[in-house]
Amino acid sequence: MEGFLPLTWVIFWYAASAPFIVYGVWRLKKIIREYPESKPMLAVAGAFAFVLSSLKIPSVTGSCSHPTGTGFGAIIFGPAVTSVMSVIVLLYQALLLAHGGITTLGANIFSMGIVGPFAAYLVYKVLRNIAGFNITVFAAAALGDMATYVTTSVQLALAFPAPVGGVLRSFIGFSGIFAVTQLPLAIIEGLVTMLLFTYLFELKPDVFRIFHIEDKATSMEA
Amino acid sequence: MSELRKLTLIVVILVAIIGLLTAFVPNMIGITPQWGGADAAAVSKIGEIIEYKPWILPLWEPPSGEIETFLFSLQAAIGAGIIGYIAGLYTGRKEKKRDRI
Repeated sequence: MEGFLPLTWVIFWYAASAPFIVYGVWRLKKIIREYPESKPMLAVAGAFAFVLSSLKIPSVTGSCSHPTGTGFGAIIFGPAVTSVMSVIVLLYQALLLAHGGITTLGANIFSMGIVGPFAAYLVYKVLRNIAGFNITVFAAAALGDMATYVTTSVQLALAFPAPVGGVLRSFIGFSGIFAVTQLPLAIIEGLVTMLLFTYLFELKPDVFRIFHIEDKATSMEA
Repeated sequence: MSELRKLTLIVVILVAIIGLLTAFVPNMIGITPQWGGADAAAVSKIGEIIEYKPWILPLWEPPSGEIETFLFSLQAAIGAGIIGYIAGLYTGRKEKKRDRI
Protein backbone atom coordinates (compact mmCIF):
# COMPACT_ATOMS: atom_id res chain seq x y z
CA MET A 1 0.00 0.00 0.00
CA GLU A 2 2.91 2.31 -0.81
CA GLY A 3 1.91 5.99 -0.91
CA PHE A 4 -1.53 5.42 0.55
CA LEU A 5 -0.80 6.90 3.95
CA PRO A 6 -0.80 10.71 4.03
CA LEU A 7 2.59 12.19 4.98
CA THR A 8 1.59 13.31 8.48
CA TRP A 9 0.56 9.75 9.33
CA VAL A 10 3.74 8.38 7.77
CA ILE A 11 5.77 10.53 10.15
CA PHE A 12 3.47 9.82 13.08
CA TRP A 13 3.77 6.03 12.81
CA TYR A 14 7.51 6.12 12.24
CA ALA A 15 7.88 8.24 15.36
CA ALA A 16 5.57 5.97 17.35
CA SER A 17 7.48 2.83 16.35
CA ALA A 18 11.04 4.13 16.71
CA PRO A 19 11.40 3.91 20.51
CA PHE A 20 10.18 0.30 20.53
CA ILE A 21 12.73 -0.64 17.88
CA VAL A 22 15.55 1.05 19.78
CA TYR A 23 14.53 -0.75 22.97
CA GLY A 24 14.09 -4.02 21.03
CA VAL A 25 17.61 -3.86 19.56
CA TRP A 26 18.98 -3.23 23.06
CA ARG A 27 17.03 -6.21 24.44
CA LEU A 28 18.13 -8.41 21.56
CA LYS A 29 21.81 -7.55 22.13
CA LYS A 30 21.40 -8.21 25.85
CA ILE A 31 19.85 -11.62 25.26
CA ILE A 32 22.59 -12.60 22.80
CA ARG A 33 25.30 -11.43 25.22
CA GLU A 34 23.87 -13.01 28.36
CA TYR A 35 22.36 -16.15 26.89
CA PRO A 36 24.23 -16.98 23.68
CA GLU A 37 22.72 -20.48 23.83
CA SER A 38 19.36 -18.94 22.93
CA LYS A 39 20.60 -17.76 19.51
CA PRO A 40 19.18 -20.70 17.54
CA MET A 41 15.77 -20.12 19.15
CA LEU A 42 15.95 -16.43 18.22
CA ALA A 43 16.60 -17.55 14.64
CA VAL A 44 13.58 -19.85 14.78
CA ALA A 45 11.37 -17.02 16.04
CA GLY A 46 12.50 -14.72 13.22
CA ALA A 47 12.22 -17.48 10.63
CA PHE A 48 8.72 -18.36 11.81
CA ALA A 49 7.54 -14.78 11.20
CA PHE A 50 9.29 -14.92 7.84
CA VAL A 51 7.44 -18.07 6.75
CA LEU A 52 4.03 -17.19 8.10
CA SER A 53 3.93 -13.70 6.63
CA SER A 54 4.77 -15.10 3.18
CA LEU A 55 1.71 -17.36 3.12
CA LYS A 56 -1.24 -15.61 1.56
CA ILE A 57 -4.17 -17.68 2.64
CA PRO A 58 -7.70 -17.49 1.21
CA SER A 59 -10.34 -16.60 3.75
CA VAL A 60 -14.09 -16.61 4.34
CA THR A 61 -14.52 -13.12 2.91
CA GLY A 62 -13.32 -14.28 -0.51
CA SER A 63 -10.11 -12.30 -0.06
CA CYS A 64 -6.63 -13.47 0.88
CA SER A 65 -4.42 -12.29 3.69
CA HIS A 66 -1.44 -13.61 5.60
CA PRO A 67 -0.71 -14.44 9.23
CA THR A 68 2.08 -12.65 11.10
CA GLY A 69 4.00 -15.33 12.98
CA THR A 70 5.00 -12.88 15.72
CA GLY A 71 3.28 -14.61 18.65
CA PHE A 72 5.94 -17.30 18.93
CA GLY A 73 8.82 -14.87 19.45
CA ALA A 74 6.78 -12.55 21.64
CA ILE A 75 5.93 -15.30 24.12
CA ILE A 76 9.54 -16.44 24.52
CA PHE A 77 11.62 -13.29 24.10
CA GLY A 78 9.08 -10.55 24.77
CA PRO A 79 7.36 -8.17 22.37
CA ALA A 80 10.21 -5.68 21.81
CA VAL A 81 12.56 -8.31 20.38
CA THR A 82 9.79 -9.42 18.05
CA SER A 83 9.40 -5.81 16.88
CA VAL A 84 12.93 -5.96 15.50
CA MET A 85 12.19 -9.24 13.72
CA SER A 86 9.11 -7.75 12.11
CA VAL A 87 11.24 -4.98 10.60
CA ILE A 88 13.25 -7.58 8.67
CA VAL A 89 10.09 -9.24 7.37
CA LEU A 90 8.44 -5.94 6.45
CA LEU A 91 11.55 -4.65 4.67
CA TYR A 92 11.85 -7.83 2.60
CA GLN A 93 8.22 -7.55 1.51
CA ALA A 94 8.33 -3.78 0.93
CA LEU A 95 11.54 -3.77 -1.12
CA LEU A 96 11.26 -7.04 -3.06
CA LEU A 97 7.52 -7.60 -3.34
CA ALA A 98 5.98 -4.11 -3.35
CA HIS A 99 3.86 -5.52 -0.55
CA GLY A 100 3.47 -3.01 2.26
CA GLY A 101 5.85 -0.14 1.53
CA ILE A 102 8.51 2.21 2.82
CA THR A 103 6.02 5.01 3.55
CA THR A 104 3.78 2.55 5.38
CA LEU A 105 6.68 0.81 7.16
CA GLY A 106 6.25 2.76 10.40
CA ALA A 107 2.53 1.97 10.52
CA ASN A 108 3.14 -1.69 9.68
CA ILE A 109 5.87 -2.03 12.32
CA PHE A 110 3.40 -0.58 14.81
CA SER A 111 0.62 -3.04 13.97
CA MET A 112 2.62 -6.20 13.20
CA GLY A 113 5.72 -5.59 15.30
CA ILE A 114 4.36 -3.81 18.35
CA VAL A 115 0.62 -4.16 18.99
CA GLY A 116 0.40 -7.79 17.81
CA PRO A 117 3.35 -9.08 19.87
CA PHE A 118 2.31 -7.03 22.91
CA ALA A 119 -1.19 -8.48 22.72
CA ALA A 120 0.21 -12.01 22.38
CA TYR A 121 2.55 -11.46 25.32
CA LEU A 122 -0.23 -10.05 27.48
CA VAL A 123 -2.63 -12.89 26.67
CA TYR A 124 0.12 -15.37 27.48
CA LYS A 125 0.86 -13.73 30.84
CA VAL A 126 -2.80 -13.60 31.82
CA LEU A 127 -3.75 -17.10 30.71
CA ARG A 128 -0.71 -19.13 31.70
CA ASN A 129 -1.82 -19.54 35.30
CA ILE A 130 -5.43 -20.17 34.43
CA ALA A 131 -5.48 -22.30 31.27
CA GLY A 132 -3.46 -25.23 29.96
CA PHE A 133 -0.14 -24.72 28.23
CA ASN A 134 -1.36 -25.46 24.70
CA ILE A 135 -4.52 -23.39 24.98
CA THR A 136 -2.50 -20.47 26.35
CA VAL A 137 -0.03 -20.49 23.47
CA PHE A 138 -2.84 -20.93 20.95
CA ALA A 139 -4.85 -18.02 22.32
CA ALA A 140 -1.82 -15.75 22.61
CA ALA A 141 -0.74 -16.30 19.00
CA ALA A 142 -4.27 -16.11 17.57
CA LEU A 143 -5.21 -12.94 19.45
CA GLY A 144 -1.86 -11.33 18.64
CA ASP A 145 -2.56 -11.96 14.96
CA MET A 146 -6.06 -10.44 15.29
CA ALA A 147 -4.72 -7.44 17.20
CA THR A 148 -2.34 -6.67 14.32
CA TYR A 149 -5.13 -6.45 11.78
CA VAL A 150 -7.50 -4.58 14.06
CA THR A 151 -4.69 -2.05 14.44
CA THR A 152 -4.28 -1.81 10.67
CA SER A 153 -8.01 -1.05 10.45
CA VAL A 154 -7.68 1.67 13.11
CA GLN A 155 -4.70 3.17 11.29
CA LEU A 156 -6.58 3.35 8.00
CA ALA A 157 -9.70 4.70 9.71
CA LEU A 158 -7.66 7.48 11.33
CA ALA A 159 -6.13 8.42 7.99
CA PHE A 160 -9.39 8.12 6.08
CA PRO A 161 -12.35 9.09 8.27
CA ALA A 162 -15.69 8.78 6.49
CA PRO A 163 -17.36 12.10 5.53
CA VAL A 164 -20.43 10.86 7.42
CA GLY A 165 -19.75 8.92 10.62
CA GLY A 166 -16.05 9.74 10.78
CA VAL A 167 -13.34 7.46 12.10
CA LEU A 168 -15.74 4.96 13.67
CA ARG A 169 -17.63 4.46 10.45
CA SER A 170 -14.40 3.96 8.52
CA PHE A 171 -13.09 1.59 11.18
CA ILE A 172 -16.16 -0.61 10.78
CA GLY A 173 -15.56 -0.63 7.03
CA PHE A 174 -11.86 -1.45 7.22
CA SER A 175 -12.20 -4.05 9.95
CA GLY A 176 -14.92 -5.66 7.83
CA ILE A 177 -12.10 -6.28 5.36
CA PHE A 178 -9.06 -6.92 7.55
CA ALA A 179 -10.38 -8.31 10.82
CA VAL A 180 -13.01 -10.59 9.32
CA THR A 181 -10.62 -11.92 6.68
CA GLN A 182 -8.13 -12.54 9.45
CA LEU A 183 -10.41 -14.63 11.70
CA PRO A 184 -9.71 -18.09 10.21
CA LEU A 185 -6.07 -17.13 9.58
CA ALA A 186 -5.62 -16.19 13.21
CA ILE A 187 -6.97 -19.58 14.27
CA ILE A 188 -4.53 -21.27 11.88
CA GLU A 189 -1.67 -19.15 13.23
CA GLY A 190 -2.65 -20.08 16.78
CA LEU A 191 -2.72 -23.79 15.95
CA VAL A 192 0.59 -23.83 14.10
CA THR A 193 2.32 -21.73 16.76
CA MET A 194 1.04 -24.07 19.45
CA LEU A 195 2.43 -27.07 17.56
CA LEU A 196 5.87 -25.54 16.95
CA PHE A 197 6.01 -24.36 20.55
CA THR A 198 5.23 -27.79 21.98
CA TYR A 199 7.61 -29.47 19.55
CA LEU A 200 10.57 -27.24 20.38
CA PHE A 201 9.76 -27.32 24.07
CA GLU A 202 10.06 -31.10 24.02
CA LEU A 203 13.37 -30.90 22.16
CA LYS A 204 15.01 -28.06 24.06
CA PRO A 205 13.24 -27.15 27.30
CA ASP A 206 16.32 -25.47 28.84
CA VAL A 207 16.20 -22.51 26.45
CA PHE A 208 12.54 -21.96 27.34
CA ARG A 209 13.36 -22.17 31.05
CA ILE A 210 15.85 -19.28 30.69
CA PHE A 211 12.83 -17.17 29.81
CA HIS A 212 10.70 -18.65 32.60
CA ILE A 213 8.54 -20.79 30.40
CA GLU A 214 7.70 -23.98 32.21
CA ASP A 215 5.22 -26.49 30.96
CA LYS A 216 3.37 -27.37 34.14
CA ALA A 217 2.62 -30.89 32.97
CA THR A 218 6.29 -31.57 32.21
CA SER A 219 7.62 -30.07 35.39
CA MET A 220 5.23 -32.17 37.44
CA GLU A 221 6.55 -35.34 35.83
CA ALA A 222 10.10 -34.30 36.68
CA MET B 1 0.53 -42.32 20.52
CA SER B 2 2.76 -39.57 21.97
CA GLU B 3 1.34 -36.23 23.02
CA LEU B 4 3.14 -34.49 20.17
CA ARG B 5 1.75 -36.85 17.55
CA LYS B 6 -1.74 -36.41 18.93
CA LEU B 7 -1.35 -32.64 18.85
CA THR B 8 0.01 -32.75 15.28
CA LEU B 9 -2.96 -34.80 14.15
CA ILE B 10 -5.42 -32.42 15.82
CA VAL B 11 -3.77 -29.38 14.22
CA VAL B 12 -3.70 -30.96 10.74
CA ILE B 13 -7.38 -31.96 10.97
CA LEU B 14 -8.49 -28.54 12.25
CA VAL B 15 -6.49 -26.64 9.61
CA ALA B 16 -7.96 -28.90 6.91
CA ILE B 17 -11.49 -28.21 8.19
CA ILE B 18 -10.86 -24.45 8.18
CA GLY B 19 -9.44 -24.74 4.66
CA LEU B 20 -12.50 -26.62 3.42
CA LEU B 21 -14.94 -24.22 5.08
CA THR B 22 -13.15 -21.28 3.47
CA ALA B 23 -13.88 -22.70 0.05
CA PHE B 24 -17.65 -22.73 0.66
CA VAL B 25 -18.40 -19.94 3.13
CA PRO B 26 -18.12 -16.96 0.73
CA ASN B 27 -20.77 -18.34 -1.62
CA MET B 28 -22.96 -19.36 1.31
CA ILE B 29 -23.01 -15.80 2.66
CA GLY B 30 -23.59 -14.35 -0.78
CA ILE B 31 -20.10 -13.18 -1.75
CA THR B 32 -18.61 -14.07 -5.11
CA PRO B 33 -15.03 -14.65 -4.05
CA GLN B 34 -12.31 -12.97 -6.10
CA TRP B 35 -9.51 -14.32 -3.87
CA GLY B 36 -7.65 -11.03 -4.22
CA GLY B 37 -5.55 -9.51 -1.46
CA ALA B 38 -7.23 -7.83 1.50
CA ASP B 39 -4.93 -4.89 0.71
CA ALA B 40 -6.61 -4.41 -2.66
CA ALA B 41 -10.02 -4.51 -0.97
CA ALA B 42 -8.83 -1.83 1.46
CA VAL B 43 -7.62 0.35 -1.42
CA SER B 44 -11.04 0.21 -3.06
CA LYS B 45 -12.60 1.00 0.33
CA ILE B 46 -10.43 4.13 0.53
CA GLY B 47 -11.77 5.03 -2.92
CA GLU B 48 -15.32 4.83 -1.55
CA ILE B 49 -14.47 7.26 1.25
CA ILE B 50 -12.39 9.82 -0.59
CA GLU B 51 -10.79 10.25 -3.98
CA TYR B 52 -7.18 9.50 -3.21
CA LYS B 53 -4.15 8.90 -5.36
CA PRO B 54 -1.03 7.37 -3.77
CA TRP B 55 1.57 10.11 -3.57
CA ILE B 56 4.49 7.80 -4.15
CA LEU B 57 4.96 4.54 -6.03
CA PRO B 58 6.93 1.49 -4.89
CA LEU B 59 10.65 1.81 -5.70
CA TRP B 60 10.57 -1.55 -7.43
CA GLU B 61 7.86 -4.03 -8.22
CA PRO B 62 8.20 -7.65 -9.25
CA PRO B 63 8.08 -7.42 -13.07
CA SER B 64 5.65 -10.34 -13.33
CA GLY B 65 3.36 -12.56 -11.32
CA GLU B 66 5.85 -15.39 -11.77
CA ILE B 67 8.67 -13.40 -10.22
CA GLU B 68 6.40 -12.32 -7.38
CA THR B 69 5.51 -15.95 -6.71
CA PHE B 70 9.21 -16.82 -6.77
CA LEU B 71 10.08 -14.14 -4.20
CA PHE B 72 7.22 -15.14 -1.89
CA SER B 73 8.27 -18.78 -2.16
CA LEU B 74 11.86 -17.81 -1.47
CA GLN B 75 10.75 -16.04 1.68
CA ALA B 76 8.89 -19.14 2.87
CA ALA B 77 11.78 -21.42 1.89
CA ILE B 78 14.39 -19.39 3.79
CA GLY B 79 12.25 -19.37 6.91
CA ALA B 80 11.32 -23.05 6.71
CA GLY B 81 14.96 -23.97 6.05
CA ILE B 82 16.13 -22.19 9.19
CA ILE B 83 13.41 -23.75 11.35
CA GLY B 84 14.09 -27.22 9.92
CA TYR B 85 17.84 -26.89 10.40
CA ILE B 86 17.56 -25.89 14.04
CA ALA B 87 14.85 -28.43 14.88
CA GLY B 88 17.12 -31.06 13.32
CA LEU B 89 20.11 -29.80 15.26
CA TYR B 90 18.21 -30.04 18.54
CA THR B 91 16.86 -33.49 17.68
CA GLY B 92 20.39 -34.70 16.94
CA ARG B 93 21.78 -33.31 20.18
CA LYS B 94 18.96 -34.86 22.17
CA GLU B 95 19.55 -38.27 20.61
CA LYS B 96 23.30 -38.04 21.22
CA LYS B 97 22.67 -37.24 24.85
CA ARG B 98 20.35 -40.22 25.16
CA ASP B 99 22.94 -42.56 23.57
CA ARG B 100 25.57 -41.52 26.09
CA ILE B 101 23.31 -42.40 28.98
